[in-house]
Amino acid sequence: MATRLKTAGALTATLTMGAVLAACGGGGPQGAEGEISDDAIKLGVITDLSDIYSELAGPNAVEAVKMAVDDFKKKHGDDAVTDTIEVDSVDHQNKPEIANSSAREMYDRDGVDAIFDVPTSSAALAVATVAKENKKLYFNIGAATTELTGAQCNAYTYHYAYDTYMLANGTGTAVTEQGSDRWYVIYPDYAFGQDMNKSFTEAIEGAGGKVIAADPTPFPNDDFATFMTKAPNLKPKPDVIGTMQAGGDLVNVVKQYNEFDLRKKGVDLAVGLMFDTDIAAIGVEPLSGTLYTTAWFWNMDEQSREWADRFLERTKTRPTFDHAANYSAATQYLEAIQRAGSDDADAVRKELDGREFEDFFARNAKFRAEDHRVVHDAYLAKVKEKDDVEEDFDFTELVDTIPAEDAFRDPADSGCEMG
Amino acid sequence: MDALLQQLFNGLVSGSFYALLALGLSVIFGMLGVVNFAHGAFYMLGAFGALVLLDSFGLNWWLALLLVPIGLGLAGMVVERLFVHRLVALDPLYNFLLTFGIALILQDLIRLKYGVASQPYDRPDVLGGSVNLGLFSYPKYQVFVLIFSIVISVLVWLVLNRTRVGMIVRASTERAELTKSFGIDVRRWITPVFGFGIALAGLAGVLAAPMRAVNSGMGGDLIIVIFAVVVIGGLGSVFGSVAAGYIVGMLSAVGNLYVPALSQSLVFILMALVLLLRPAGLFGREEGVLA
Repeated sequence: MATRLKTAGALTATLTMGAVLAACGGGGPQGAEGEISDDAIKLGVITDLSDIYSELAGPNAVEAVKMAVDDFKKKHGDDAVTDTIEVDSVDHQNKPEIANSSAREMYDRDGVDAIFDVPTSSAALAVATVAKENKKLYFNIGAATTELTGAQCNAYTYHYAYDTYMLANGTGTAVTEQGSDRWYVIYPDYAFGQDMNKSFTEAIEGAGGKVIAADPTPFPNDDFATFMTKAPNLKPKPDVIGTMQAGGDLVNVVKQYNEFDLRKKGVDLAVGLMFDTDIAAIGVEPLSGTLYTTAWFWNMDEQSREWADRFLERTKTRPTFDHAANYSAATQYLEAIQRAGSDDADAVRKELDGREFEDFFARNAKFRAEDHRVVHDAYLAKVKEKDDVEEDFDFTELVDTIPAEDAFRDPADSGCEMG
Repeated sequence: MDALLQQLFNGLVSGSFYALLALGLSVIFGMLGVVNFAHGAFYMLGAFGALVLLDSFGLNWWLALLLVPIGLGLAGMVVERLFVHRLVALDPLYNFLLTFGIALILQDLIRLKYGVASQPYDRPDVLGGSVNLGLFSYPKYQVFVLIFSIVISVLVWLVLNRTRVGMIVRASTERAELTKSFGIDVRRWITPVFGFGIALAGLAGVLAAPMRAVNSGMGGDLIIVIFAVVVIGGLGSVFGSVAAGYIVGMLSAVGNLYVPALSQSLVFILMALVLLLRPAGLFGREEGVLA
């Protein structure tokens, strides 16, 4: 008896320790030593270099910013405001505390002038606070939360690529208006999922639809059978499941959606947020016909393809919209410095606020002064049928372009007080 | 009522994975006193094994179901000989840290080769579609997973209880010194048993490939739950781990339906209750001497 009890205790203790060890992960952040020079522009990329978002953002987001710097130097040559433009990067492991300390080190110690990317909403908001305190610029690309341009907005933070409003307004509204007006929403039970659920519910109800049920799911989770068997038995039966899962969880949802043959049972699938890397992971066939909203896709026209080809040469892979947006934001930032003749954050901010522009990523775009949302066209898209796929990463069929002025939240509703 | 029955059935299917994994973990723990933290990593390798066999050698899922467990079982035996057995005499924490390290290395190697994104793997065609189970129809593949896991569990139980080999293994698990005194070489069985436990993890991985996301992190998320399953079932109890696997599966599925916010904690609440009320586990025998 005694021995058995002791062993049980030992196993439980080991178990707890395992959980602690697993939670601790790797070491601390590391920034390159550097000195502040009036004649240098420094761009810092805080991103996920090793974990779940490292493919949709990650090292290739850093590469995209470097590509923007190279192109800027080539374009302006000797006329550039400075010859010295550097790019630093840090792995924030999607943790707000690491993002926070990395941002401080970048701004304070390394003389970084602007920070880019920062996926994971909690980490993104942590960096926004640091940008505000340090009065240094910050272009968020990788995170989805509308808080960045809402209650937690500030004068030094721009939200560049997408947000939950854009995704929900695109997919939620369009699918509802197409006649699938009864929804069953499943969302991962953390900040992003809850935010998405809220945005989707508003969009669906705004378009005259109804959310029959909305269930939080464990995160991470490899078993969605509960929700797949619940869906067709709900009264009334929903027309569509809206999944807000991301990464591996999304793969599990789609595989199990197909296992349970829900499309045949009259329940369609709509995905809240999906990157090309997700489609590659799942395969085209299980997703064919699935609607989703995207900020950009690489082969949407010649201009985009031309850039994507150059990206492919550098990285050996096709870009996600996060990569394209990092390039675009870095380019707009450098051009603003060029025009202002200064890398002073307030001077650049004045140059950007209210500016209308157009590049391969951002169409009909504008740096909105009221809430620092960068608005641009968004795209309602559909995953192609397998037979229509002509080359690697050729996944996306354009369904509808959502004009920039409709794609994002009205600043009057944002709750942002820039101050 | 139908909804509840269906959830219980869902739970049995996800419990199949818990059962197979807990079975292997439990056998290894019983024989060696080693808490194998690398168990989830071998589950992940099982899924990737199926992927590699298909992509590089054109071998289908059925063959993977046979070959991957054999391959991983052998790999497990090598790991036991090279590393684990050197530390067995020391505090169990040493082997815990060793296997934790092995898990991280295996995960990172896969990450190096495949990145963090999931890899596509198709379900075998024969097992596509649904079967009618009377009350509801259910995906054929998942019904297969359930039946297969039960068959394997019963086979393992029969081997352990009805064969000479099984008796030696059980005897050395429960009374190693006494077994030795009968002139039986206990050491001889340690390496194969470790390999066997790993093979079961690999088997679960192959079963998971068609219906779950195949990525480097898939085992890491699971291992803590599996430990809880083993504790709930009773350490070293083969029947206990399997039964607890299915129970935990059903508990999570029902939890998902009625108290989604709590569903992740339910298994640990159950574990805490079991430890308080029946410290040897639901099916563990109180008088046994392990490790």
